Amino acid sequence: MDATVLGAWVATGLTLFIFSFLYKDNPLFKLAEHLYVGVSVGYTIVKAYDTVIVHLIVKPIFEQGEFALLIPVAIGLLMLTRYVPKAAWLSRYAFAFIVGVGSGLAIPRTISSFILKQVEDTVRPVLSLAGGDGVTFSMNLLNPASSINVIIILIGVISVLFYFFFSIEHSGPGKIVARTGVMFLMIAFGAAFGYTVMARMSLLIGRLTDLIEFSDASYGNPTLWLAILTVGVLLVLSRRSSPGEQEK
Amino acid sequence: MIFLRRQLPLLITMVTGLLFAGQYYVPHPSSEQLLTSATKWLQIVGGFALVLGVTSLFHQHAAKIRRKEEGWGYSLVLYAGMLGTIAVGLWANGKESVEGAMTAFGWVYSYMMVPLQGTMFAILAFFIASAAYRSFRARSREAAVLLIAAVIVMMGRVPLGEYLIPLSGDVSQWILNVLNASVRRAILIGVSLGAVALSFKIIFGVERSYLGGGKE
Repeated sequence: MDATVLGAWVATGLTLFIFSFLYKDNPLFKLAEHLYVGVSVGYTIVKAYDTVIVHLIVKPIFEQGEFALLIPVAIGLLMLTRYVPKAAWLSRYAFAFIVGVGSGLAIPRTISSFILKQVEDTVRPVLSLAGGDGVTFSMNLLNPASSINVIIILIGVISVLFYFFFSIEHSGPGKIVARTGVMFLMIAFGAAFGYTVMARMSLLIGRLTDLIEFSDASYGNPTLWLAILTVGVLLVLSRRSSPGEQEK
Repeated sequence: MIFLRRQLPLLITMVTGLLFAGQYYVPHPSSEQLLTSATKWLQIVGGFALVLGVTSLFHQHAAKIRRKEEGWGYSLVLYAGMLGTIAVGLWANGKESVEGAMTAFGWVYSYMMVPLQGTMFAILAFFIASAAYRSFRARSREAAVLLIAAVIVMMGRVPLGEYLIPLSGDVSQWILNVLNASVRRAILIGVSLGAVALSFKIIFGVERSYLGGGKE
């Protein structure tokens, strides 16, 4: 059998097995779910082996003589002392190194990129001197850099930050600012939700497109046959389940 | 012994933390070289962390099979999937294709991993829709705002939505680029301030939970 045709049968079967969960939890779904975990872990291991062991350790050490790389290898091996209770404390050196380097790298970069840069982009000039029109105030909502949007973004950032600032009581004018922050948050959560739903829909369309493609006779109609098989198995399983379970 | 077990790790954290925080402010080639090496070192040490995670998964399912717990057969399927993928991956030297031809590892990726991953996330569309139906009823002003924003963004991202509500595309873009961006920016600033504070606490030994519990 051609590898593409076999692939079409496997991909269709696994897709239908996962979709069978929409009916109820069943052995076909569990099989595909566990296979997914296994294949994903296997894939990650192979990629990590290829990237770390082959390209970062073996080749640089044996081909370029970078023996300094034996130090991170030793630090990494210290991590595995977790499995030896008496020597488990040695793994602290590995964690101390990772956490120390990570923290040190994070401080200046976070301040520069995520605090100062974000503040700089928030506090922008409201009026502009573009073209020969003198000082202008742009009301174009569709341009994120327009004057009106600059003001809206400024209000949004300040009110949301204020909402999360609990050192003073949100009362009086502060309550109005905090309420504005909540409204901004709700709009952002709604937008994020809508965006996520559409992303999932896009994935669903992708899977259905594959099922339609694989229903072609050139592949041996896997969609049709495997759909019949899946429905058949689900019917048999539902008949086999005990009356008590059915009531549940 | 307490120095080796407790104080030396804290000292390592402090020295490496201060060294790499200071590295950012030294515009010298050797400083850049130090950063490049440290990034490589972190990747190598991180690779060993993966061993810890995988071993834990291995142990958990091995115990399930040994005790013949309910559903132990699925653990066998997990093992078969994992070992099979590792075998074909090593055979193909971790490459999905060689000179344009798909390897067995590439086949596993294209016909097993991609469909499984895609379908697993795709079925969430149904669960999100059902959760939305239950929780999106406009019971308060905030819930109504959330509902309206979600509907506009959903309508604005499909041709049918734009056909039914012509303005939805532009309004959706405005919500995403302006209102959503301002909230994300505020949250990012807050989270970053927290991350910087936590990094300082770690470097100066105030936060020590990463060392784990157990004996001193």
